[in-house]
Amino acid sequence: MKKKSLSIMTSLSLASLVVLSACGSENNTTTGTNTNNSGGTEENVTIEFMHLWPQGSSADHNRIVNQIIDEFETNHPHVTIELEVLENEQYKNKLQVISSSNQLPDVGMTWPAGFLEPYVNGELFAPLDTILDDGLRDEFVAGTVEAYEINGSAYALPLELNIAPVFYNKAIFEENGVEVPESYEEFIDVIDTLVDNGVTPIALGNRDRWTGSLWYMYLADRIGGSDALNSAIDRSGEFTDERLIDAADKIQEMVAHDAFVAGYNGLSDQEAKSEFMNNNAAMYLIGSWDLPNFTTNEEVPQDFRENVGFFKFPEVEGGDGDINSWVGGAGVGLFVAENSDVKEEAKEFVRYFIQEWGKHSVEDAGVIPGTQVNTDEVDLPDLFIDVLDELNNASNITLFADVQMSAGVAETHLNMIQSLFGNDVNPEEFAEAHEQALSEED
Amino acid sequence: MNKIMSDKKIIALYTLPALILLLILIYVPIVLTGYYGLMDWDGIGPMTFIGLDNYKALISDHLFWNSAYHSLLLAIFSVLSLIIYLAISLVLASQIKGADVFRKIYLIPMLLSSVAIAQLWMRIYHPSNGVMNRFLTSIGIENPPLWLSDTSLVLFAIFVPILWQYAGFYIIIYYAALRNIPNELVEAARIDGATPFQIAYKIKLPLISGVIKVTIVLAVIGSLKYFDLIYVMTDGGPNGASEVMASYMYKLAFRTNDFGYGSAIGFFLLILILLVTYLIRKLTTSREDNVQY
Repeated sequence: MKKKSLSIMTSLSLASLVVLSACGSENNTTTGTNTNNSGGTEENVTIEFMHLWPQGSSADHNRIVNQIIDEFETNHPHVTIELEVLENEQYKNKLQVISSSNQLPDVGMTWPAGFLEPYVNGELFAPLDTILDDGLRDEFVAGTVEAYEINGSAYALPLELNIAPVFYNKAIFEENGVEVPESYEEFIDVIDTLVDNGVTPIALGNRDRWTGSLWYMYLADRIGGSDALNSAIDRSGEFTDERLIDAADKIQEMVAHDAFVAGYNGLSDQEAKSEFMNNNAAMYLIGSWDLPNFTTNEEVPQDFRENVGFFKFPEVEGGDGDINSWVGGAGVGLFVAENSDVKEEAKEFVRYFIQEWGKHSVEDAGVIPGTQVNTDEVDLPDLFIDVLDELNNASNITLFADVQMSAGVAETHLNMIQSLFGNDVNPEEFAEAHEQALSEED
Repeated sequence: MNKIMSDKKIIALYTLPALILLLILIYVPIVLTGYYGLMDWDGIGPMTFIGLDNYKALISDHLFWNSAYHSLLLAIFSVLSLIIYLAISLVLASQIKGADVFRKIYLIPMLLSSVAIAQLWMRIYHPSNGVMNRFLTSIGIENPPLWLSDTSLVLFAIFVPILWQYAGFYIIIYYAALRNIPNELVEAARIDGATPFQIAYKIKLPLISGVIKVTIVLAVIGSLKYFDLIYVMTDGGPNGASEVMASYMYKLAFRTNDFGYGSAIGFFLLILILLVTYLIRKLTTSREDNVQY
């Protein structure tokens, strides 16, 4: 969800969306007549499948998807999978446009929680409980399917699971004589030392806003424990909770200590990442989806990859949080369209896809799947194994705030994050704006 | 041929395909947008008719007025920048040495897509590695501005590439118009002892006043619906400091799933642009418009 690589296509304006939607209307499901050469009585069917990993920007993902589809088609000779591949942002837009005219593909990708909700309320996605009850549920990491459940039914199955560690550059830490911080106070000391030595402590691309939200979420978690933020969002608590205001205050304290790279509010995540990867910044907080860049990606210089380590977000003295609590959550998942003509085949495809993806994705693409990974069986770089092990020891995973919230509140949250980092609001105003947006939703 | 063209049925037949396309691709969506604007709709589920509530919400939405203010600033800026384009065109059209080369130089930004321009300028503005700040630090400015993340600067930082982007387009229009002025008029004025400045001001400008009016309308309309460069460079941020009406509309419809409200803004934008265009035409029309050489 968070891999918002800035592609050329993101600039498509509303006008081109109209064109896209017009194209979409041609994609009606075609059910062929019986020409099955295996001699069975099954009719030939076509499953439309729309995904967001184009060959250009997600080559590994794309390859595995095609591999799985080939295998599936070999095992099910009467099924043809028809592909449509779009870039992330474009995908989101198209999904929305075709939903309004009820022309969803048979199988497609969605994001959990807040994103999923309107689609489920509009009865566009089919419940997938039947395939989960078939034994598939046990294969998932606890808590991942839940992100896709609404009123007790799962409407999509997760392909990705991510947690966000603080990555750091070991060489820079060593040169400046600083150690991995274990408390917030030590963290501020590390930042001060780095700043005094003329090193940028943290790469942050807050133009994308969710990147800043990660920092806030961790501070809220470490100060208020795992449910302070969650309960404020689900309305069993309030955003004006002192602990949440304190977290906002700590963000501004970090800003005041020059913790973040210059111009962070105008930099994209990609730009910030390149600061970190060019040894210009000591730390970078990002999801585990970037692990391949720090381990296996041959295009990244090897000595940089050897220098990357990660640490858990430090605890805050007097806070209720636990250092083994993570910010993260499920990424994209697969849905089956409610009005699909080939629902049974589509469900079978989803089941097959999830299982095969679980086998291939870690080793071949560096994606942590929603299903459990046995770290003894896979051949992976140490950094990767360490993160996977942390995932198994996690006491709690708090789903990304903007994913938890409904789209409207998420927009307020993200804007407020940018304002908070830019010192345009104070912590009280920050909390107040959230409280107002959340209460208007009720 | 003349016979065919005077047959009304044939004319109707010939214009029909274009008319149908225009209806389907332009007018039907406009009507639909107006219709959606009256709905409470998340773009996915069922619609609820709420009358003019979206428009009432619009009036008290300070985020919208904030973006409208930015669009207005952009329109003023664009119209003022026309003066620069005009000045350049006057120089180019007066047959100076190398005018051809210059004309091509000015035209190049027009050949680039907005996204390429945005990417280019994002690198120029990069807070530490950008050309701009490298230059400023090299001449001794210690804390150069953070162009795209400073809320008070970002809008003007974006205006510059926009000016650069459209220079070629307007210069070509002005250049063509200026070259159309018969040489005898200029020659006659010169023999009468007019200075180059007087020739430009008293002869050339009045003769191309029709074209100037058209470019003003184009600049204002273009500014009010401006979207792409801002979307790529800042996404309306930080904190809405570079939000314009079109980007705000996009956000509402596609990020916050508020399709009804987004459509209302779209429709409002349409009305506003029609109104502004009408006003400009009204204010600038005069009897001298039809210049005869």
